[in-house]
Amino acid sequence: MTDAQAHAHADSNYYVPHGSPWPIVAALALFCLMLGAVLFLDGVTSAWSLLPGPLLLIGLFIGWFSTVIGENQKGMYNLQVDRSFRLAMMWFIFSEVMFFAAFFGALFYARTFAVPWLGGHGVKALAHYLLWPRYASTWPTNGPAHVGGATFEAMSPTGIAAVNTLILLTSGLTITIAHHALRAGKRGRLKVFLALTFLLGFTFVALQAHEYIGAYTHMNLKLTTGIYGTTFFMLTGFHGLHVTIGAIMLVVIWLRVLRGHFTPERHFAFEAVAWYWHFVDVVWLCLFIFVYWL
Amino acid sequence: MDQPYESTAHADHEHKPHGWRRWVFATNHKDIGTMYLIFAGVMFFLGGAAAMAIRAQLFKSGMELFDPGMYNSLVTMHALLMIFGAVMPAWVGLANWMIPMQIGAPDMALPRLNNLSFWILPFAGTLLLSSFFVPGGAPAGGWTMYPPLMEQFGASFPMVVFAIHLLGISSILGAINVVVTILNLRAPGMTLLRMPLFVWAWLITAYLLIAVMPVLAGAVTMLLTDHFFGTSFFNAAGGGSPVMFMHIFWFFGHPEVYILILPAFGVISEIIPTFSRKPLFGYEAMVYATASIAFLSFIVWGHHMFTVGMPVAAQLFFMLSTMLIAVPTGVKVFNWAATMWRGSLSFEPPMLFAVAFLFLFTIGGFSGLMLALVPSDYQYHGTYFVVAHFHYVLVPGAVFAIIGAIYYWLPKWSGRMYDMRLAKWHFWLSVISVNVLFFPQHFLGLAGMPRRISDYAPQFTDWNMVSSIGGFVFGASQLLFPYIIWRCIRSGKPAEARPWEGARGLEWELPSPAPYHSWQTPPSEAVLAHGAEH
Repeated sequence: MTDAQAHAHADSNYYVPHGSPWPIVAALALFCLMLGAVLFLDGVTSAWSLLPGPLLLIGLFIGWFSTVIGENQKGMYNLQVDRSFRLAMMWFIFSEVMFFAAFFGALFYARTFAVPWLGGHGVKALAHYLLWPRYASTWPTNGPAHVGGATFEAMSPTGIAAVNTLILLTSGLTITIAHHALRAGKRGRLKVFLALTFLLGFTFVALQAHEYIGAYTHMNLKLTTGIYGTTFFMLTGFHGLHVTIGAIMLVVIWLRVLRGHFTPERHFAFEAVAWYWHFVDVVWLCLFIFVYWL
Repeated sequence: MDQPYESTAHADHEHKPHGWRRWVFATNHKDIGTMYLIFAGVMFFLGGAAAMAIRAQLFKSGMELFDPGMYNSLVTMHALLMIFGAVMPAWVGLANWMIPMQIGAPDMALPRLNNLSFWILPFAGTLLLSSFFVPGGAPAGGWTMYPPLMEQFGASFPMVVFAIHLLGISSILGAINVVVTILNLRAPGMTLLRMPLFVWAWLITAYLLIAVMPVLAGAVTMLLTDHFFGTSFFNAAGGGSPVMFMHIFWFFGHPEVYILILPAFGVISEIIPTFSRKPLFGYEAMVYATASIAFLSFIVWGHHMFTVGMPVAAQLFFMLSTMLIAVPTGVKVFNWAATMWRGSLSFEPPMLFAVAFLFLFTIGGFSGLMLALVPSDYQYHGTYFVVAHFHYVLVPGAVFAIIGAIYYWLPKWSGRMYDMRLAKWHFWLSVISVNVLFFPQHFLGLAGMPRRISDYAPQFTDWNMVSSIGGFVFGASQLLFPYIIWRCIRSGKPAEARPWEGARGLEWELPSPAPYHSWQTPPSEAVLAHGAEH
């Protein structure tokens, strides 16, 4: 610890950042995002109102992170600040885990309780006898009223999903190799493996888009295909969104590596993105097992 | 590491920023805490206005003021404003003010994130409140937002969903800040088991917030996609279930009620020892009890939905786990009572509110136990008994603790004393009227009056009139509170660093008013010990 402290000359002080316009811009951007969605969904405006929020958010992230990176490069952040950032990132990822937990909970509730009850099994089978006496519960299902069409095809675990599992697991490996290279000061290997990681990430997203198009055009599997389509697209969709965000974060980190921002000792941003990437990876494994496979 | 924490203030923050920038670009925990408290106060009075309208409508039967739609909107908005607008932001405001002072830190760990957490709130509040003015009116399905009812409202439906998203983002970011501050910015020597109980309570509250606010976000997202994008989460025809929403909602909802009350436990654990002039009885037991309550809060949600249709095994599980909560809560109540036992008691306004909390919160706890029993819950469910129960834990519980906390720490914040006589008037008016307001609602519920109803059978009129009179007095007496605070700040007598001679803790080692950056230099072991022993 003392070695590292010697680097951070400001480590002997508490650090309190000066005021910044970015938080209020962030609040405004979030408000525009939400208001735009409200206006669009309520039919007040056409889709254009969805645009200002994301644009402001992109500007915000560029602006706020530039400020923070700049201050960091000037050596304004001591080790205590570094620790605060780390803890904050961990707890942020925990909140993301709980967000996915809500959707996994919906999947498990539907499969364990709602669907069997609708099919006349278990203790709460009244709806079956009163409303849908001919419904035989199975999984996958689009419900007793066949919401979204009489037939649909379920997603196979051996198709694109298997390839994507391989891709994400490999990307977990490549980012770990990149991290070791960073700590060993081997910059050439770091650049290559980090680039490989985000390329794998974008490949995953592209393949998932291909999978979605196939589902919509050939399998009659849509977001509106009863509870199966609902849980499939909501879970994999939110995951795909997180992979996209993670891959963009990896690109930013890669650009910062090219500019020589990280030292073998201090590279919080790299680690934060790596944690996030592993989190996305673990969520995918759960998706593969519970959504595609079982 | 010669002088590891020598203070060399950065040039940018030696002076207070001036003008609007100080507030809009704020990074100071006290400024942000003040903004949180002002926001909470405004929301408290708006939510209170809705409550007054509700009690006016229910003063007698016959639906004389509002049509049922407007009445239901008022009920829904009263709950959303009070929970997400008043009580939660008030606690975050108190956390902002007190945690850095109590752990020997200069500020919160992530001051800019702190500012973002606050500034999301006015936008979210605007979105929520403006739903009164859109076609179809404000959301009227109750704060629990059960489908399919919730999805049947007009333009306000996406507004409330996105307002909840904004409030959730604010809470999660605020909670992350609290956890990081407590784990990383404690003064050397301030070990976890030396932390003041308010800090402990907030650490555990913040953990609950980070764990369950995303679940609420998920639940309202599912509502949104069911309504606008044809998903089938809560649609039985598609294989989903409306009951699923209730499970997801209450998985958030039960920890949420502890989010509202755990910081109150912390505050009471600060106030009672001070005015008993004794250390808190059973400090460690209090910490473990708080943690146990937080753990149990995750496995009791089913008690909100006993009558919905649930296997008997699940009812038994949720009944027993709910009754288990009485054990750690009992530990707390007995420890507060034991702290007062043979203490040298005095009854300044914070202590009055704390003692009232002790009695009245416990009444709410007992009625909670009655509701926890499945067979009796079948009788009480959906009646005014439930309304009486949760208002006892939230008004003379959480709200009294917030008022007590402000009376306790106001001299430290402002450097001035407030008018004790007026504050005692505020207390006595509040404590009498709150019982007149809510106690008769037990009778109404047991007699069979349903909750969330804009009119009632004439036999319920008498107790409703009593309750409404209590409500109007309670509402009016709260107007004293901002007046007392305003008078204190404008023309109060200067306060000493330790205005309550029995007070323990680091915040009293700072001068009153506390300096802009609380502890630029971490307090030494001697200061720590002096603060703890005094």
